[in-house]
Amino acid sequence: MGMTDPLKGFGVTLSKMFKTVLTEEYPEVKKIPAPRFHGKHQLNRHPDGLEKCVGCELCAWACPADAIFVEGGTNTDDERYSPGERYGFDYQINYLRCIGCGLCIEACPTRALTMTNEYETADDNRQNLIYTKEDLLAPLLPGMEQPPHDMRLGDDEQDYYVNGPELARGQGVPAGATVETGDEEAVR
Amino acid sequence: MTVAPASGNDTAQSRPVPEGHVRLTIDGIEVDAPQGELVIRTAERLGIVIPRFCDHPLLDPAGACRQCLVEVEVNGKPMPKPAASCTTAVADGMVVRTQQTSQVADKAQQGVMELLLINHPLDCPICDKGGECPLQNQALKHGRGDSRFVDTKRTFPKPVSISSQILLDRERCVLCQRCTRFSKQIAGDPFIELLERGATQQIGTGEQQPFQSYFSGNTIQICPVGALTSAAYRFRSRPFDLVSTPGVCEHCSSGCSQRTDWRRGKVMRRLAGEDPEVNEEWNCDKGRFAFRYATASDRITRPMVRDADSGELRETSWTEALRKAADGLLNARDSRGVGVLPGGRLTREDAYAYGKFARVALGTNDIDHRARPHSNEELDFLGSSVVGTGPEDGVSYASLEAAPAVLCVAFEPEEESPIVFLRLRKAARDSGTRVFHLGQWDSPGVEKTTHIADSGSPIHSGGLLRCLPGGEAAALYELPSEVEQALGEPGSVLLLGERCSQVSGVYTAAMRLAERTGARIAWIPRRAGERGAVEAGTLPTLLPNGRPVSDSVVRSGIERAWGMSTGSLPSVPGRDIDGILAAAESGELSGLLVGGLDPADLPDPEQARRALRAAGFLVSLELRPTGVTEHADVVLPIAPTVEKSGTFLNWEGRPREFEITIEGTGAVPDCRVLDTLAVEMDVDLFTQTPQAVAAEIRRLGPNPGARPKPPDIPAEPVTEPSGDRALLASWRHLLDNGSMQHDEPNLAGTARPPVARVSHGTARRLGLEPHQPIRVSTERGTIALESEVVEIPDGVVWLPGNSGPAEVNEVLGVGHGAVVGIAAGTAPAPGTTPGQREPGGEELPAVAGNGHTSNGHGPPAHGSNGNGQAGIDGGGA
Ligand code: SF4
Ligand code: SF4
Ligand code: SF4
Ligand code: SF4
Ligand code: FES
Repeated sequence: MGMTDPLKGFGVTLSKMFKTVLTEEYPEVKKIPAPRFHGKHQLNRHPDGLEKCVGCELCAWACPADAIFVEGGTNTDDERYSPGERYGFDYQINYLRCIGCGLCIEACPTRALTMTNEYETADDNRQNLIYTKEDLLAPLLPGMEQPPHDMRLGDDEQDYYVNGPELARGQGVPAGATVETGDEEAVR
Repeated sequence: MTVAPASGNDTAQSRPVPEGHVRLTIDGIEVDAPQGELVIRTAERLGIVIPRFCDHPLLDPAGACRQCLVEVEVNGKPMPKPAASCTTAVADGMVVRTQQTSQVADKAQQGVMELLLINHPLDCPICDKGGECPLQNQALKHGRGDSRFVDTKRTFPKPVSISSQILLDRERCVLCQRCTRFSKQIAGDPFIELLERGATQQIGTGEQQPFQSYFSGNTIQICPVGALTSAAYRFRSRPFDLVSTPGVCEHCSSGCSQRTDWRRGKVMRRLAGEDPEVNEEWNCDKGRFAFRYATASDRITRPMVRDADSGELRETSWTEALRKAADGLLNARDSRGVGVLPGGRLTREDAYAYGKFARVALGTNDIDHRARPHSNEELDFLGSSVVGTGPEDGVSYASLEAAPAVLCVAFEPEEESPIVFLRLRKAARDSGTRVFHLGQWDSPGVEKTTHIADSGSPIHSGGLLRCLPGGEAAALYELPSEVEQALGEPGSVLLLGERCSQVSGVYTAAMRLAERTGARIAWIPRRAGERGAVEAGTLPTLLPNGRPVSDSVVRSGIERAWGMSTGSLPSVPGRDIDGILAAAESGELSGLLVGGLDPADLPDPEQARRALRAAGFLVSLELRPTGVTEHADVVLPIAPTVEKSGTFLNWEGRPREFEITIEGTGAVPDCRVLDTLAVEMDVDLFTQTPQAVAAEIRRLGPNPGARPKPPDIPAEPVTEPSGDRALLASWRHLLDNGSMQHDEPNLAGTARPPVARVSHGTARRLGLEPHQPIRVSTERGTIALESEVVEIPDGVVWLPGNSGPAEVNEVLGVGHGAVVGIAAGTAPAPGTTPGQREPGGEELPAVAGNGHTSNGHGPPAHGSNGNGQAGIDGGGA
């Protein structure tokens, strides 16, 4: 035990002052995760605001944690939520169960379900962690209209699937602007 | 019988080939097979599965899909090309090599699969069949890993409505012809057909002919791909998401075994179960599609009592409801007595509980489950000839198939017991059974069991014996000698329908005929619970298992079994349903206990309603609000069939047990409710569970005493009325206004349009134009219905019993055989023919409950051959 020993401790502190700080200033400063981070899910929309989900339940079946509940409904001409015959009438994801594996995303045949970078899925009660369709649906971008409404971009669902974005541009959305949620938004 | 030798060839060589068998080799295994067996089945018995699409054991071989190709060598000479194993019969010394041992066969199968998949859409994620699809499975097993086809696939607009229930997706069809063969060979409704040729070959409906069949759902089940779907189930769930529970259909006395697929406490679909002795692999559309009544929004789930102040029913606790019911029934019993009307839809166990409750708790024989026209003659007939028989000693499906001749008396098999119809048709087609019908006109069920147009020469056998409605009994004494002779052949059968109860003397006449010819008699009621209720003793003259009420020895046996003091069982036969209602109306009875019964089904609904209103105290055990609950003082909810277990006896007397499908709903069966109610009345029934009841029924055993005497009622002559009077003939369509078909719009769309039928002569007498409505009336009311001229005796008008506006009991207050007034109605405005759906006249119905189909959007993209539009195409018809 020498005289300088007490100062040595300060030395450690001193040297650390010149190194990169690892501490996260969370939640004051949010960390941006990697682009392909598996965060909270999002139910995407077509450029006119119609939902992409067709209520097929394949996501629910792919989920190894049984976190998803889907019940499909039938579109009518008066009440249309998605192009085609069926839409997701009831959609719930239980974030107490979800393990963030992303298998549901791979299962979705319409790219209705994708994951965002949003990772703040913690709460102080169970109820709030069961997200419903309202919580999961992508926000309405400019040019989108809250369903139910008619198919604005084409005559049937094929038009939407095959060339939805082009059809939207044809209706005046400038090139470069985001016309649908999902892949495009993720790129942005 | 024929098995693969277990220990090598040496033993097999030394074994002689059994009589009528041949010896062949499949994949190196020597096997004996009965002559004429198809190679695909012999292989199957060895555990070698050859892929297939079109082959179906109950349909004639077609060799349509070519998926089952195998290499065949006969007499040491290999066949030049692989052969279809589903059309090749076994032969002695044949050497078969399947895909397991032959490269050639494997390659041929892969080739066929590749061709099939070229135009097959990538629909699996949205296809109803996905997960249970033979094409998926076999493509994975026997197909190539990837596709070499890079061009654009052929597409068709989809789906096409073949009927309001059946939707066709032509892209998915593999042209196996199972559906067309089923319709033609089994059901006899050749409405779907193969149209066009080559790459555009497709399944479609003939022009102006909607696919109207009571058996159409079976085509969905046997379609090896997802080409045929039902509007009711389309996109509703995925097979791997469903729990499958075996069950029994509650709709009619055929007793089909079925599979109920459900999830999250809700039935999603029902399929025909397999039971070779009963329904083979088929069922009817009613059994398949009508199940939503159990989840109807108005279902009663809580007990209700009538509020003394407001006079309205209010929900309450079981405790209060049972207390009130028990008090009321005790009071009524001790004043002038209570009548019991259990209705004809109960399981045997539930019916038994009603019977025991009536005798033990209410001390009465005033019990009758026959919520339909009925007669005392029928009562005697049931007691003397029906009760206690079973498929072993009575008539069974197998005996229908083997019978040289069958006479249907006042029985329309297709409408009243569809599986009996299918079996009669099969018998006529395959074993040459001559099916005779004693009725009024060539209804579809008559037509299809007597004229069988098929591949090959059409079969005409049996036929219709026309008689006046009500004249069936007399006609049985004067049958053409040809028919008597046919019935004289050993094994012949007489089938008596529910309608017989409306014809005086017909049971007697049938029994006399049976004595004369040696034919056996079977009684085929319409409702699923009727036969079980007869055994359970819910008739005024019968105690359980056919024991007559009037036999004192038998009575004391029951008293002992039920733990009652000697002499306490009521000894006089009770009132029948008419008598009970009349007594309740006049105040001779002071209370009623009513099960699942609709007043509109009774012969005189108005009287029934008056009686229900007048009854001092009325307890109703019901599923949903009816004309009974309207007047009830206490309503106790009970479980629908899917939520309980029990046994139906089908018309053969064959017990059809089923377990609870959906557990834990809290709904309780009638027997349990009655047990608890009895406890409140200080009586023990010991009917807490259906199992306990079944055990008690078994313990009781058959009737130790003599059977009651058969009826002896002379036939009444009927004369043809003249002028504006006519005799009413009437029976119910399978699909009608029945309450158990509630909330099934797609199914209802496949019902037969209600029309009134008259003869040329009658039409001329009234000056009826074709399709002009006819007005049929009694003092009570009038039914106006579009008319159709058929071959029916003059002076007779036929009405469907309960279809559309034709609610015969309700409106006319009379039934089959009654005299009614007829007059020509006012001609309808063009295009608004009442009761008539115009196929093809307007736009095809959109996919039900949907409103958006791809064919609703202007001219079809593939219009070159005109097939784009809804599959109606004259070209190939
Ligand atoms: S990410 Fe995985 S665990 Fe979460 S919902 Fe999707 S499939 Fe289920
Ligand atoms: S999110 Fe995708 S996979 Fe899930 S139900 Fe909707 S369409 Fe189907
Ligand atoms: S029929 Fe079978 S293979 Fe074809 S789309 Fe449907 S599930 Fe897939
Ligand atoms: S619709 Fe189905 S059953 Fe009919 S031919 Fe096509 S694949 Fe076969
Ligand atoms: S199964 Fe043999 S040809 Fe179809």
